Amino acid sequence: MPGGVLFLILCTISAVGYVMGRRKAVSVSGGDSRVMHSLLPYHGWNVALAAFLVGLSVMVLWSLLRLLFGFTDPGNNIVSVLSLAAALLAGWTNYARIERNYRARNVVELMMKGILIFASSIAIFTTIAIVLSMLFETTHFFRDYSWTRFFFGLKWSPNFSGNSDLGMLPLLWGTLYVSFIALLVAVPIGLFAAIYLSEYAGPRLRAVAKPMLEILAGIPTIVYGLFALITVGPILRDYFAQPLGLADSGSSVMTAGIVMGVMLIPFVSSLSDDIINAVPQAMRDGSYGLGATPSETIKQVVIPAALPGIVGAILLAASRAIGETMIVVMGAGAAAKLSLNPFEAMTTVTVKIVSQLTGDTDFASPETLVAFALGITLFVLTLGLNVLALYIVRRYREQYE
Amino acid sequence: MNDMRMVERQVGTKPIKISGRNVQVYYGDSHAIKDVNVDIEDNTVTAFIGPSGCGKSTFLRCLNRMNDTIDICRVEGTITLDGEDIYDKKVDPVQLRAKVGMVFQKPNPFPKSIYDNVAYGPRIHGLARSKAELDEIVERSLRRGAIWDEVKDRLNAPGTGLSGGQQQRLCIARAVATEPEVLLMDEPCSALDPIATAQVEELIDELRETYSVVIVTHSMQQAARVSQKTAFFHLGELVEFGETGDIFTNPKDSRTESYITGRIG
Repeated sequence: MPGGVLFLILCTISAVGYVMGRRKAVSVSGGDSRVMHSLLPYHGWNVALAAFLVGLSVMVLWSLLRLLFGFTDPGNNIVSVLSLAAALLAGWTNYARIERNYRARNVVELMMKGILIFASSIAIFTTIAIVLSMLFETTHFFRDYSWTRFFFGLKWSPNFSGNSDLGMLPLLWGTLYVSFIALLVAVPIGLFAAIYLSEYAGPRLRAVAKPMLEILAGIPTIVYGLFALITVGPILRDYFAQPLGLADSGSSVMTAGIVMGVMLIPFVSSLSDDIINAVPQAMRDGSYGLGATPSETIKQVVIPAALPGIVGAILLAASRAIGETMIVVMGAGAAAKLSLNPFEAMTTVTVKIVSQLTGDTDFASPETLVAFALGITLFVLTLGLNVLALYIVRRYREQYE
Repeated sequence: MNDMRMVERQVGTKPIKISGRNVQVYYGDSHAIKDVNVDIEDNTVTAFIGPSGCGKSTFLRCLNRMNDTIDICRVEGTITLDGEDIYDKKVDPVQLRAKVGMVFQKPNPFPKSIYDNVAYGPRIHGLARSKAELDEIVERSLRRGAIWDEVKDRLNAPGTGLSGGQQQRLCIARAVATEPEVLLMDEPCSALDPIATAQVEELIDELRETYSVVIVTHSMQQAARVSQKTAFFHLGELVEFGETGDIFTNPKDSRTESYITGRIG
């Protein structure tokens, strides 16, 4: 029978198990539930969870085994019989155990704890799996291409007929340059907005302004990209780059950086606002009570107290800036270049990962495999930033609380 | 009330520092303080007592306009400091608070070092011209706060790492460092153990020499121990105000008597 039907039957078995377990508990208790060790619903859950979990584990184990050994099970007949039998057996075992002194609550809590542990470990295992799969492809890449040329190469010109230069530095430079400009825009504006919202704005204005700012966060980045392409880019080109004789392309690091900065403003402001609000009112009262003005209080008491959180917010924004793709494609172009001129078109790591993997590609040439090497570099970079953020937050927290 | 030191009391002939006339306070629609008239003398400890919610903290916060930070709070009537109306439009609440310092119920040291906590007020008001002068102010204030000996070797340690009693004395030292003329204390000992309370009370008595001290307290014994004047608040009204000895031994109003004998409150 199909897996979905099997799952439904399993659910039915546990539901029936719940009713039966509870009913038996009622009859064992003889009408006085206080003589039982556990409350009556626990006896029901005990049977239901045991049947469900055992049945489900058999199903999962079976599919794993089938993957590993490659045997077939036409119509899922074997697994159906096996898992349903196991579920019934487990349910029955726990059903048979019900009596006055049976510690059903402890057993249920143990099973629930197991479920919670399983759920939290999924995220960890997925991360490990992603890293492993990237590492695997990356080693393939470095078999064909020397790692010194990749990490220290100053030229990026992939050539699908072979013989290409795959130096990462121009891409890394583009990434850092764009992110730097984005943070230069987002951090002061976001922080000032947060300070205004949390310290000066009245409740009515705040109720309007905060959701408005957060709407910015809900705009898809491709829409920001359009804005960069048709509005910001041409304006920067016509009024700054060309008159100053710096460059004459609409796509530039500046365009992407500014638009990305705008995208990050709600990120910085919303997080910082929450953190500033979390600084206890007693701190502000203490400062006002000494005759400090609101601005002195903010500068010398509120911001220092909120600093670890604010640094965390900024580094989180930096991680987002580094990983951003769409705005860069549409705003900064796709030409890998090493240049200091912010009005020139450049590109970033993420954009090149996309362009190396789209289209007809075979996953054996260094030109495609380089995407994985780039990916893992980016991963290590953002991981480093997050570790740094954690370190700073922890260090200051010791000092401040 | 055996510890009331009647002998030490002098009948007040001191100049009036703060005076309130027909003071009304509203929180939105509720009338929190009703028609309070009070004269607070210089170099005197004045205690505000009364059951919870009677308005004594609210009235205390009117004296340095801390209620300005609460949007729905409205104050009517006149409160004068040295004869000047503190709610006058010309008065900057910031300058007022530099003159009328405040210590809060819960110790609230800033997340800074002990030194910076005390130096905070002098720095923002520009009281010290040099580092040496600032050092001196900090030491003097910490000594006045009766905490110097405990912290002199770790002035750079965070103020938040001290014990509750030490934190409160640090907050008093911080308030003293600004050299206010009046010190308002809102239940300064409610979070402290008896030993720390005793230290703070002793300190309050010393502070009286230089300042006018107003203390809100829930402990009638404390009011009796530290204050020369006592005001009894009930349901937003100032029921009785007079010499502490009179209030506790010979109350004129039946409500005061009920409260100090434990029948209401």
